[in-house]
Amino acid sequence: MHAHPIIETEQTQVVSPAIQPHIQIQDLNIHIDGHHILKNINLSLPNNSITSIIGPSGCGKTTLLKTLNRLIDDTKGVQVSGSVFVNGEDIYAPNAEVTHIRKKMGLLSQKPFPLPMSIYDNIAYGPRIHGTRNKKELNAIVETQLKNVGLWEEVKDRLDQSATRLSIGQQQRLCLARGLAVKPEIILGDESTSALDPISTQTIENLLVELKKDYTIVLVTHILRQARRVSDYIIFVYGGEILEFGKTEEVLLNPKHEITRQYVKGFIS
Amino acid sequence: MLRTRLIKNAIAKQSSFVLLLISLSVVIIIGIGLTFKSIPLFESFNIWDLLTNHVWAPMKGSFGFLPFIMGTLSVTLVALLISCPLCILSSIYLTEYASNALKNMVLPLINVLAAIPPVLYGVWGVLFIVPAIQSYIAPLFGVSTSGYTILAGGIVLSVMIFPIMISIMVEVLKTIPAELKAASLSLGATKWETAQKVILRKAKPGIIAAIVLAISRAFGETIAVLMVCGNVSKIPTSIFDAGYPIPALIANNFGEMMSIPLYDSALMFSALLLFVIIFGFNLISRIILNRLEGKHNG
Amino acid sequence: MDNLKTRLFKEKVAKGFMQLSGMLVTGSLFFIIGTILYKGLPYLSWEMITQLPKGGFYMGKEGGILNAILGSLYLAGVATVLATIIGVPIALFLNIYIKTSSKLAQYSKLMFDILYGIPSIVYGAVGFTIMVYFGIRASLLGGIITITLLTIPIVVRTVDELIRTVPNDLKHVTLSLGATNWEVAKVFILHIKPGIFTAILLAFGRAIGDVAGVLLTTGFSDNLPRYIDEPAATLPLAIFFQLSSPIPEVQGRAYASALILTFIILIIVICTHILSSKQNKHKL
Repeated sequence: MHAHPIIETEQTQVVSPAIQPHIQIQDLNIHIDGHHILKNINLSLPNNSITSIIGPSGCGKTTLLKTLNRLIDDTKGVQVSGSVFVNGEDIYAPNAEVTHIRKKMGLLSQKPFPLPMSIYDNIAYGPRIHGTRNKKELNAIVETQLKNVGLWEEVKDRLDQSATRLSIGQQQRLCLARGLAVKPEIILGDESTSALDPISTQTIENLLVELKKDYTIVLVTHILRQARRVSDYIIFVYGGEILEFGKTEEVLLNPKHEITRQYVKGFIS
Repeated sequence: MLRTRLIKNAIAKQSSFVLLLISLSVVIIIGIGLTFKSIPLFESFNIWDLLTNHVWAPMKGSFGFLPFIMGTLSVTLVALLISCPLCILSSIYLTEYASNALKNMVLPLINVLAAIPPVLYGVWGVLFIVPAIQSYIAPLFGVSTSGYTILAGGIVLSVMIFPIMISIMVEVLKTIPAELKAASLSLGATKWETAQKVILRKAKPGIIAAIVLAISRAFGETIAVLMVCGNVSKIPTSIFDAGYPIPALIANNFGEMMSIPLYDSALMFSALLLFVIIFGFNLISRIILNRLEGKHNG
Repeated sequence: MDNLKTRLFKEKVAKGFMQLSGMLVTGSLFFIIGTILYKGLPYLSWEMITQLPKGGFYMGKEGGILNAILGSLYLAGVATVLATIIGVPIALFLNIYIKTSSKLAQYSKLMFDILYGIPSIVYGAVGFTIMVYFGIRASLLGGIITITLLTIPIVVRTVDELIRTVPNDLKHVTLSLGATNWEVAKVFILHIKPGIFTAILLAFGRAIGDVAGVLLTTGFSDNLPRYIDEPAATLPLAIFFQLSSPIPEVQGRAYASALILTFIILIIVICTHILSSKQNKHKL
């Protein structure tokens, strides 16, 4: 089962000067404890747009996301074959440097995980480990990123407070800002709104839509409506294979596969 | 920049790995060191004789370990007879009956009990248990004794192994699924019947593991038992006899052992004996407990 | 219905026994502390904790056990610091650098569980032999080495337990920021900081209370050790020696010394308790 080749859109052509897609997956196979979790994945993710990975639970969508920044390495009994190219560099090459690859990809996890430090230090953590020591520079980064996620006004007077004191919606925005502070090129979201209330969910969704002009965004979601609201492209994963990949309306309104149609209608969940 | 960070990372990784290897090699050093030092004894006697001979007279070149083995076994047995029922009942009470408030009060207290150093247990034994045996318990059975007995050692030891038994048993009982209890209760069984017939049966491997761990703790306990046991190298015939457990033998004789031939080797052999038995017991019970925990998590 | 009655009666009896056992077990703690308090308090004096033993101290003459108190603090303090420096990186290594499901991690943890169960008399015996082999006399150094080895498994196990309570996502989000494993480890340390102090206190408690390990390796001295290769007194040993004296006055001092050790342990326990409740507050 092969995925569709990249779909040419004006948007990718115009905004990104690099024609090469950020992320290209070739012949990716993943086994976990002998189970074939992902089967022959071939995929090019469109730049500067939001791609949602949908599918029934246990179909391998989170696994697919985790292969993109090699967090899959941490899984028990995992075996990976094939290649994932990020900016043309195979991140599964034997001599690939993982730290450097991960920096390019911001992760927005399921639940917000503020680091055990102050709001300021949460944002400054990334830039600091990557070598920014200048206080002024750091201040600027913190302010910009917090403004980016619309959190600045809410927290500017208590930057030295522990980040765990923020509400869960604020925490998730903080985590997004923290990820952006290391200047990634790609944002990976793993059901990033599943722990949030509807209003915070909307805030995050709006942010993501705004951010896509600068970033390539890949989201895993189990909420079809969310996929419809925010994404430009949809990947439907079923039983470890990519059944469908195309523009959002196409996949949702006019799916090529019976299984996709049933899932979209809500028969499979 | 990235390079320095990666180098730092690699250094941290390598040095922690070295620390790990060094710490783990302690097991091997203990095993080999003790075996090596016991060899002279093995050259003169066969192991079976050493373990079954009951005459301990180093000056005359007779090394019989039987009195000490029996001393250790009898003290441990007394301790188990006291603490097993108490701990099993208490653990069931804590997990099945007690309110959270009570649990949150009792479990920390058990931890305090675990934190009390052995020598304080010894002091308590000398101050309370030994006189109590001398003037109340032994006369009850028509025996006259100084109080420094197997019984005293057993009682002190039983209190010392309360914490390890209870904390592990409570953990094990917690892993019993609530559905199982609910099923039994909804069939009209009383809580006690459920505990007896369902929970205890299901928790058996874990409880055995807890007891085995407690036994190995009891085998190795030195100072508290030494302080109350009397330390007479004869095979005890009643709980009102004095006894001489293996750890006490080592602790009491280390200073003077150098002048008598084979004495140091004999003491090292007894340490080896302790090490091997305790290593084996720990290994078995940890494997059982790890398996239970794995099942529970998976 | 008689059947039901007997069953309910059994339930009541069983519950009664359980309550009784619970009370006995918990009560034993108060009983021990109570006994030591009752016997020790009359002999406790300011002199005891501020003075070194003077000539004839063990015959009932003047002096105190400052040597033992300080000796114990030195010994347990240094050993705990060393065990922490060695044990914390090991626990981090086993959980962050290598997969927790790997054979190395699993076997190592099993080994530390077993090492934790090896009695201190065995450590002491081996330590003594090694010291004899290298010609080191019984000294603070010997005691520190033995007690460090004894406490490393405590630190590794406790810190390992702590790390396992941290959700794996913390590792993932930190890695996603481009952090190296070493930088992840530092974030973990920040996260479990109160718990690490708990581990340190636990190790310190075990170190300061141990007798069998120091009996063979540290010796005993009426003076404060000025150098690390001098023998040193420890509090539990002081208790043990004084208690075996036939002179009532000296025995009394043993009770008082036991009381001092009890105080130290209780302080440690209370600090541990406060810290571990703090740990819960910061939980995600």
